[in-house]
Amino acid sequence: MSLLEVTNLSKHYEGRLSLAQRLTGGRKTVVRAVNGVSLHVNKGEVLGLIGESGCGKSTLGRAILRLHEPTEGKVVFDGEDVTALSPPALKAIRRRMQIIFQDPYASLNPRRTVAEIVGLPLALHDIASGDEARAITTQVLQRVGLQPDQIDRYPHQFSGGQRQRIGIARALVSNPEFIVCDEPVSALDVSIQAQIIALLLELKQELGLTYLFISHDISVIGYLSDRVAVMYLGEIVETGPVASVLDNPRHPYTQSLLSAVPEIGAKRAKGRVRLQGDLPSPLNPPNGCKFHTRCPLAIPICQTVVPVSQTVGAEHFAACHRLEEGHTLLEETR
Amino acid sequence: MTVLLEVTNLRTEFTARAGLVRAVDGVSLQISRGECLGVVGESGSGKSVTFSSIMGLVRPPGHVTQGTIFFDGRDLRGMSAEEMRGVRGRDIAMTMQDALTALNPALTVGEQLAEVLIAHDETLPKGRAARRAAIRDRCVEMLGLVGIPSPDSRLRQYPHEFSGGMRQRIMIAIALACRPKLLIADEPTTALDVTIQAQVLELISDIRGQMGMAVALITHDLGVVAEHCDRVMVMYAGQVVEEGPTDDVISHPRHPYTRGLLASIPRPALRGQPLTPIKGQVPNLMGLAPQCRFHSRCPLAQPDCLVEVPMLSAGPGRRARCLRLEETS
Repeated sequence: MSLLEVTNLSKHYEGRLSLAQRLTGGRKTVVRAVNGVSLHVNKGEVLGLIGESGCGKSTLGRAILRLHEPTEGKVVFDGEDVTALSPPALKAIRRRMQIIFQDPYASLNPRRTVAEIVGLPLALHDIASGDEARAITTQVLQRVGLQPDQIDRYPHQFSGGQRQRIGIARALVSNPEFIVCDEPVSALDVSIQAQIIALLLELKQELGLTYLFISHDISVIGYLSDRVAVMYLGEIVETGPVASVLDNPRHPYTQSLLSAVPEIGAKRAKGRVRLQGDLPSPLNPPNGCKFHTRCPLAIPICQTVVPVSQTVGAEHFAACHRLEEGHTLLEETR
Repeated sequence: MTVLLEVTNLRTEFTARAGLVRAVDGVSLQISRGECLGVVGESGSGKSVTFSSIMGLVRPPGHVTQGTIFFDGRDLRGMSAEEMRGVRGRDIAMTMQDALTALNPALTVGEQLAEVLIAHDETLPKGRAARRAAIRDRCVEMLGLVGIPSPDSRLRQYPHEFSGGMRQRIMIAIALACRPKLLIADEPTTALDVTIQAQVLELISDIRGQMGMAVALITHDLGVVAEHCDRVMVMYAGQVVEEGPTDDVISHPRHPYTRGLLASIPRPALRGQPLTPIKGQVPNLMGLAPQCRFHSRCPLAQPDCLVEVPMLSAGPGRRARCLRLEETS
């Protein structure tokens, strides 16, 4: 049973035109940050969303919560169409859908104490006030590993890892069912990163949470997700159960992404795919398959026709023109 | 292999308002010609300050207060500022983590490359026109070497016109312009995506092979070290805690910190198994007592660990700063 169902979601940003451009009849530039994404997250699972910077993964996370208003498409959470909700109904449902941000420095108000920051959702959603709110806040902060005597301190008095714990407490305090974790460990050192990952997994177990976990780190995603979605230039190119996608990646982009990760210990068994060039600008994305400009397997059709997502295994889908021929990059480049 | 860089007992201190911070405390290291040394540590471990000290780039309130630095038989600490300028950029070059702030936004890439050549290269012809042409050719050659397409026209562009990966390549090109004997690469790929990271690291390895230069690769990513470095040195709270051949250290770490670091890296292979994070946080570097700095987080700590621990032999070519090495063998 899926808790969250996203259908054909897009978020486009329109650029502004200068006066000269307007007078000469220039066209508005459009950045298609998220372009026709469909996915679902089952209750109690972790969906890992992976991609490189600029691929639109954070925008997708925010569009799902309507922190950025989607341009088109539908988000259904527990049977309710989030995209169609009125402002009061949206506020009510946001109690159940929360987000943890990447940057533990920028996402906490430096002028508020921890008790105020973490207690705010309680007040906003009329859950508790006064002593009761303070008691709940203290309890949640203790649960994420902070000391009760720290709750009247300000964010600058905490380290990066502790601040991320505060961010987690703020997301948890309204007792949500679903949390978008937007790169919650990317800004942290390895030893602290492990502490936060362990905490997030414990909380998920204990409270029966569902996560959309956004990251660029394949090791993290591979470690904690049940299913994975791979994003490239605003579109999902491959999705499936984590073991199936990591062990048997079918899209050439997933294959090159996986082979680019430096490995510890075991020497690389397969050849390395070396992608040429950079991510194209989303202002002016390539036609056809968006990956064709960097894809070693590209053939003429890739430049003109957008590939459709096809089943390549149990619950495993990929969008590529060359799937049927059974090509894999790893073999071709060996 | 002959030793290119030898640092002994280096100490760098910063005078802060609240007290004295010993960012680097008794670091000794060696780099041989042509070797790639990985320097691993978390933020605040002193890895960047160690190499800034070697380059003579530590500015007040920071001071190198102790230790010797010998490079290619010359004493760098005994050099005047002017002599040091002759070494820096020519014999030792350093690339910085954040290419966008390290490059000058107001100068074209070509101007920034030419600056190094003008400062250091005595082989340039004397005549004005010939000199300009020679500089230009060298700049084009260097940009081509680091894999920037159409280097000719891109010389006239400014740093903001390049992507993150391309900027990192430009910094590498500037660092390599005088064919240094040692390249210090400070977190060259931390700000980059994995596919671009792989390109940049392979570039550094290729050029190292071609030019026979030594590389000190500073990083927090043990995976990067595992794939690219001959030897690794692990730093914690201003000290070296473990060093040795990369494969040995990674497959069989001896210091509890290195062990903890390796155990806390999430890997798809560890799915379903709990991670074992290192408890607690890095100690405050201000006013540290002379004792093992890891003991408060260490699963093996005993009361007798509260003494100053020297680097002890931990097998062939390996050393670790721990009294409990028997328990980790």
